[in-house]
Formats: sequence, structure tokens, C-alpha cells
Amino acid sequence: MASLELRNVQKSYGNSQIATLKDIALKIDAGEFLILVGPSGCGKSTLMNCIAGLENITGGEILVDGEDISQASPKDRDIAMVFQSYALYPTMTVRDNIAFGLKMRKVPAAKIEEEVARVAKLLQIEPLLERKPSQLSGGQQQRVAMGRALARRPKIYLFDEPLSNLDAKLRVEMRTEIKLMHQRLKTTTVYVTHDQIEAMTLGDKVAVMKDGVIQQFGTPHEIYNNPANLFVASFIGSPPMNFVPLRIRQRDGRWVGVLNSEQGSCELPLPITSDDGLRDRELILGIRPEQIGLAPAGSADFSLAVDIEVVEPTGPDTLVVFTLNQVKACCRLAPDQAPRVGETLNLQFDPRRALLFDAQTGERLGVVQPEPVRESKVTRLVSNGAGTAQ
Amino acid sequence: MSSIALQARPAKASPLDALQRWLPKLVLAPSMLIVLVGFYAYIGWTFLLSFTNSRFMPSYKWVGLQQYERLWDNDRWWVASQNLLVFGGLFIAISLLIGVVLAVLLDQRIRREGLIRTIYLYPMALSMIVTGTAWQWLLNPGLGLDKLLRDWGWEGFRFDWLVDPDRVIYCLVIAAVWQASGFVMALFLAGLRSVDQSIIRAAQVDGASLPTIYLRIVLPSLRPVFFSALMILAHIAIKSFDLVAAMTAGGPGYSSDLPAMFMYAHTFTRGQMGLGAASAMLMLGAVMAIIVPYLYSELRNKRHV
Amino acid sequence: MSDFAQPRLTLGRLTIHATLLLACAVYLVPLIVMLLTSFKTPEDIRTGNLLSWPEAFSAMGWLTAWDSIGGYFWNSVKIVIPAVLISTALGALNGYVLSMWRFRGSQLFFGLLLFGCFLPFQVILLPASFTLGKLGLANTTTGLVLVHVVYGLAFTTLFFRNFYVSVPDALVRAARLDGAGFFTIFGRILLPMSVPIIMVCLIWQFTQIWNDFLFGVVFASGDTQPVTVALNNLVNTSTGAKRYNVDMAAAMIAGLPTLVVYVVAGKYFLRGLTAGAVKG
Repeated sequence: MASLELRNVQKSYGNSQIATLKDIALKIDAGEFLILVGPSGCGKSTLMNCIAGLENITGGEILVDGEDISQASPKDRDIAMVFQSYALYPTMTVRDNIAFGLKMRKVPAAKIEEEVARVAKLLQIEPLLERKPSQLSGGQQQRVAMGRALARRPKIYLFDEPLSNLDAKLRVEMRTEIKLMHQRLKTTTVYVTHDQIEAMTLGDKVAVMKDGVIQQFGTPHEIYNNPANLFVASFIGSPPMNFVPLRIRQRDGRWVGVLNSEQGSCELPLPITSDDGLRDRELILGIRPEQIGLAPAGSADFSLAVDIEVVEPTGPDTLVVFTLNQVKACCRLAPDQAPRVGETLNLQFDPRRALLFDAQTGERLGVVQPEPVRESKVTRLVSNGAGTAQ
Repeated sequence: MSSIALQARPAKASPLDALQRWLPKLVLAPSMLIVLVGFYAYIGWTFLLSFTNSRFMPSYKWVGLQQYERLWDNDRWWVASQNLLVFGGLFIAISLLIGVVLAVLLDQRIRREGLIRTIYLYPMALSMIVTGTAWQWLLNPGLGLDKLLRDWGWEGFRFDWLVDPDRVIYCLVIAAVWQASGFVMALFLAGLRSVDQSIIRAAQVDGASLPTIYLRIVLPSLRPVFFSALMILAHIAIKSFDLVAAMTAGGPGYSSDLPAMFMYAHTFTRGQMGLGAASAMLMLGAVMAIIVPYLYSELRNKRHV
Repeated sequence: MSDFAQPRLTLGRLTIHATLLLACAVYLVPLIVMLLTSFKTPEDIRTGNLLSWPEAFSAMGWLTAWDSIGGYFWNSVKIVIPAVLISTALGALNGYVLSMWRFRGSQLFFGLLLFGCFLPFQVILLPASFTLGKLGLANTTTGLVLVHVVYGLAFTTLFFRNFYVSVPDALVRAARLDGAGFFTIFGRILLPMSVPIIMVCLIWQFTQIWNDFLFGVVFASGDTQPVTVALNNLVNTSTGAKRYNVDMAAAMIAGLPTLVVYVVAGKYFLRGLTAGAVKG
């Protein structure tokens, strides 16, 4: 196992003015699981190819265990990769697929056999060893692809959207298996995905990318609860965070934001200390669906009556859609609390975790110290997300 | 868990890696040389020769456009060019027509389709020389088709186009169509098979009859196949040399001459190398006039996809 | 209504079948005529007609034909085998580079090569013959092999390039990470999966080179001529009475190898013909 550090990695193609990767800097310790997540075209796959040495970087350094490998050829980097299409060699048996990398490295035959047996046992693909890839199901091919990487015992594992070709059910299973595997083997792993649920569930560290720039690098917890900007906030979380245009005013020396519905309005205290010229800016309030709940009877604080427009039962939760400040917003209620369409419901907003963004730049505004959140809550959110993502 | 692969590994590129990096270019280099010299430099060379008075041996005495002027004034060249227009036009049109009709008919879930397809296509496997030899015999005035139909009771039948200077070109058309129309059929059949069946079903649901479906929906969607076939047939027509050589040798007189035949005769047997080079350049011009727009649109379409 | 539609439909189907069968007859007649004529005696040819059955099957035509062009038949074999193998091997390597190891300029090269598929060979005949003369290869089968390799390169490269373009390049990337180099990847991973396209290419090149006449007549003479040139000389040099049985037998001999290949491997032949035409 090895640590991985990227220092100001740059990548641009030909004489193109637009860099594909801009000043990518991050560091993970040996045994950590790093997620690169972002929409397609954000540069995450390019970054992975650069780490693997399949593409040359045009600036910066890539360090493995403190040693700069950015000029080394792919075969000398001791990095293994699992591809989205699995890239199994079609004319070789599963056994030969797994053994190929070892043969290329001139490992003695007896040792190869031993390694293949170990990996096959680990991944439970022993009965498949003599088959050709075309005779395997998608899930089995996925396992073989992982086996091929594991057999070499490389310093770093790269996964390039390995689950995106699987059907929804298998994907959830394999996700758990990858997590289990990582817990057992403690392998340094870089995992590219566009699926924010995979990002949340698997990663020790998450780098959210957009347009070749890392928007935020942190633990899943930080990314979810303390997003650096509007993009990160909108990308992570399912259903996504509500973004509501907000007018603010001052009351009793504090800043409050005004929420309107068809039924009335309420004021939400905002976690802002200075006024920073807030008056002149267009502001957006970000609030996650689970931070909106039913108002307890009698309590009027931060609560507002809304007309229910859509009700979407997902099983464990029911998503309820209504209009807030002229835009659609969503909250997550327990099924037994769920209203019917057309009803009016009194909702309460949790102001402590509400986020404020500049509508023009997407920058996060104000200093928010998020409440410590119990891990169990995050886990619950994510597992719910898994059910609804499809 | 430790790495089981080789221990000391260079962090920097080794000379061997540099070689690996250059290998693709090294491997392609001989072919690049072949193409640049064998294709493009040779074209330039021929172009150069067309401005000289080379006869049996190449000479490099510059005569400007004189060879092209001689070509312009040369009756035989005009006959060859006109023949190419007639031969090419008829050959392409008839081959396309027969090919499309056979492909559509064969697309009607015919039993033994494989066998029939094989029979239509086999002439394409033959050399034009073999084809020419066979058709020269088939169309032989006196002993060929002529005699066959008279033996079968059509007393007054005469077929002597092969020795008729005005009609001999049609004999070439017949043989060429026989050879290539099955190939056009195969192209269109492959195209028909790639048409989305749900479009046809949708049209049937809309109440269109089968001929309407083919004429209005299926065949228009085969435009690319049509153009491909057109390109290949035009290319065969312009290069046609062996068929003429085998069937008529350009005769009677030079009435069935084609530019390819003209070029060969002047360059290699009549010692008119400069003139031959000029005619070759005009042939290249004709091919480019057809191919370049086609390739351009092909490549541009690819870029959009 | 349905009573009326049913017979109409069958009539239509009948017309289709009749047309298709008629077309079969038209395509087959020349072959049948060639076979019948080749077994007739000259006397029989004069008295009978194209489709008349031979009075007695005579092998004379075939024997005479083989005496005349048999040697040239072997010339063709000597030209075809190395030319096909070399041009296919080069095409495979070129296609591999052009699809998996693109570099600046490789696309331009591919475009230049593609144009070669359409080149009218008349435009390179003169310089090519000068070059062969300089190399001392004029009028040799080796010279013809060289010419066929050079001018077959465009098609063989196109075949392999189009085939490899549809192979996911993740395979190559995976193999590179596994430590395989340029030739190892080609030999161990791509070549084993290329069997269909190798067949297409071999058959295409075989028919092209076997059937060639232009290069044969320009670059070879006398003893080194390929069979197509010899056939043409046999048929079109008129000394004495035309011996149509010999002509037809010779034409059959010259055409037989490609016909056999076509019947045995017709599937690949068709794919070769339509490659690049339907798929682009």
C-alpha cells in the first residue's frame, strides 16, 4: 500500500487553450479510499488516466509514497485499474486474464498459480476460471476485472466507474462488496464515479470535480453537510437540496430570510454575522429535504403552511413537493405523516443547517458551524438515496 | 500486503520506454514512406511527364501543355472519353437498377436465399479477363447467342453487336453489368437488413402498402448505400481496362476504346509516353471529381457524429 | 375481401420467385456455356450451339489449355501467396497503430491512404515501372509481389483499421497497465480476436491479386506473366482457327481458384466486398 499525492497537476491537449485539468492538488494516506466524483466531462476520468500513466500530465507532480512517478511509464507505476467496460481480454480464459499481468512481469508460474487461486477464492469466481469472458454475466465479468487488478497486488487500485454497466440491484450488491473488500484488504484506492451515492457510501475522501477543477475535497460528511459552493451542494444528496431564492431583512439585530408560500410567510434566522453587502446580492437558500419536517402542534417557530402539490411515496419515506418563494421545493416525511395532494400542511424548517449562497457566483456565504451530525443519520440518508436514485 | 512484482523500478522513463513510445511511429513509417512515394510522388512524377515530349523513354524536355493539346485534338481520345460516358452511365444505371430490384425481391423472406445470393454474386469473384473471354464467346456473331436463338426457332435473329463499331460498347456494358450487378444487390441487401424493422411496422400500422413502404420509406433511408454503390461502380468504370482488353481489345478499330485502354496503348505499345501520362492525369482528375466530394462529405459527417 | 386478397398475394409471390429464378438463370448461363464449350470438340462447336449438350465429352480443350497456361498459373500462385501474406501483415500493423496508437498526423496519413483505395492505377504505372527497372525487378515475379503489396496496402489497412476502431481501447489500456508492450498487446490480445477480419483481408487480397491484369501486363513479360495475362494472350492472339474449347477451358482454369475460394468462404468474401461500403 502506498500514499498518493497530486501536486498542481495540469493537463491540456495539443494547443488547446482550455485546460482539461487545472491545478489538481490532493493527498490520501496509504489504505484510504478516494472518490473522484462529478458530472461527465468534468475531467475525472482524465485525471485517473493521468495517475495510471495512460496520459501524460502537462504540469505538476504525481507522487506515490513520496516518489514522483509522473514521468514513469504505466507498467512501471505498479498501479492496477478496473475499467468501466471491464476490458477483459476476450480470447483469454478468466484464469489467463487474471494471470496476464503477472506473466508480463515474469512472475514464476507456481507463484502465478498461487495468486490466481487466492484471488479466485477471494472473489468466489473459482468455478469460472476456465471460461471465456463472453460466457460470463455482467456481474461475473466485474468480479474478474477486479480479480485481475487484485492479483498483481499493486500499490494503488484505480476504479473507473466500475459499476455503471450493471443493473440497479447488482450495483448495490457490488457496492457493498467493494466496500467489504476494502475494509478487509485496506488497499489504497482511487474510484471514479458520477454516482453521488457511491461517492458517499464508499469514500474515505471525496473530491468533487467540475470543469477540470476540484470544487471540494473532504470526507463524505464534510461534503454533504458543509458544501463549499452551490455546485457541490446540488451534486451531492438525493433528492437534491432545495434551492430557494431568498430576500433577507434585519430583525432585532440579526439577519433573517423570508419564506413565502400561498398560505403565508415566515422568517428564518440566518447564520450570518457581518452584513458583507448582503443587501445588494441575490441570495439563494439551500436546505435539504430532511431539514424540513412537520411542525409540532402549537409551535410556530420557523414554520409555514404550504399547499401540497405532489406526493411521492418511496417506501421508507414520502417525498412531498410544494412551492416556496415561487420555486418547487421538496421535503421528506415519514409515510404515516404523509398528506394528500391539495391538503395544506404546516411545515417547520431547521434553520441551523440552512446554507446561504450567492446566486451569481455560487459561492457559499456566511460562516456556518454545522451541528455535529450523528453518523447514523448520514447513513440512513444515503441508503434511502440508493432506493430512490433509480 | 507488498508488491510481488519486480523490486527496483525506475521512476523516470528508461531508454526502452522511449523506444516503446516511438514504436507506433516506427511501425507506421515504412507504410508512410510507401504511400508518400508510391502514391503521391509517383502522381507528381506522372504529372511531370505529361509536360514532356517523352516517347519510348522518359525525357525531360519541357513542352508545356502540348501533350494535353494533342489529346484534345486526338479523335481516338474523344471516342474513348465518349465511350466512357456511355459505358459508365449505362453500366452504373443498369447495375443499380438490377441490384436494387433483386435486393428488394430477395428481401421478401425467400427460401434458399443464401443459394440465390451466391449465384448472383459469383461473377464478382471472377477476373474481368475471364468475364471478357466468356462474353466474347457468348456474343460471338455466328456461333454465339446468334446461333442459339436461330437453332431454337427464331430464324431471322441476328446479333452482331460485337463487330458493329456503333454497338460494340453495349456489349461491354452487358458483360460488366453481369459481373457487378450482383455485388450491388449484396450491398443493398445488407442495407435493407440494417433498416430498423420497427419503422416498417409503424408504416404498416399507418396503412401503407408494401410497395409504398419500400419506395417512400425504406429506399430513401438507403441513400448512403446508394452513394457507396455509385462510387464503387464509377470507380470500376473509369478503371475498366481488362474487360476491354479481353473482350474487344478496343476494336473494331478503336470504336470500343476506353481511356484506360488508350493510356495503356499509347504509353506501353505506341511509344507516346508523354501523351499517355497526360491521359492518365485526366483520368485521375475524373476520379477526383467524383471521389473528393464524396470523401469530404463522409469525413464531415463522421466528425458530426 | 380476404378471399380476394389471398390469391393476389400468392400471385405476387409467384412473380417474385419467377423473377428471382430467371435472374439466377441469367447469371448462371455464362458459366454453363463455358463448361459445356470447354468439353466440346471444335467440330461439335461448329455444329451445335451455346447450350447444346456435347456430342462426347472431350478433355482435349482442358489439356491443351493447361499446356498453354499451366506454367503461368504457377506464376500467379508464386505472386499471390507472398503478396497476400505481406500486404495483410502490414495492413494489420497499420490498422493497429491507426486505431490504438494515434499520434499527431496519423489521421492525415489515414486520409492520404484512403484516397489510395480510389487511385486509378494508370497514374502510377510509369514511375512504378521506372522504379522496378532501377531495382532490377522489371519482368520478375518479385517485382509484381512488390507492386501488389504497395497498392494493396490501402485496402488491407482500411480493413484492419475499421475493425480495430470498434474494439474498445480500454483493452489496450488494461494491457499497458498489466505491463504489456506494443507488440505484446498486438500479438497476445488483438491478433487472436482478429480472425474474421484476417479472413476477409486474405480473401479480398487473394481475389484482387489473382484477378489482376493491369499490373501483370505492364510489369511482367514472357515467362513471368500471371495467368490472366497468359489467358488474354491465348484468347486474343489469332493465329489460325479459334479454338473456343481451349479458350473456355483456359478461362475456367484462370477463374477456378477465386471461384473455389468464393464458394468455400463466400461469407467472408461478401463481407470484404461490403466492408467500407455499408459501414463506412
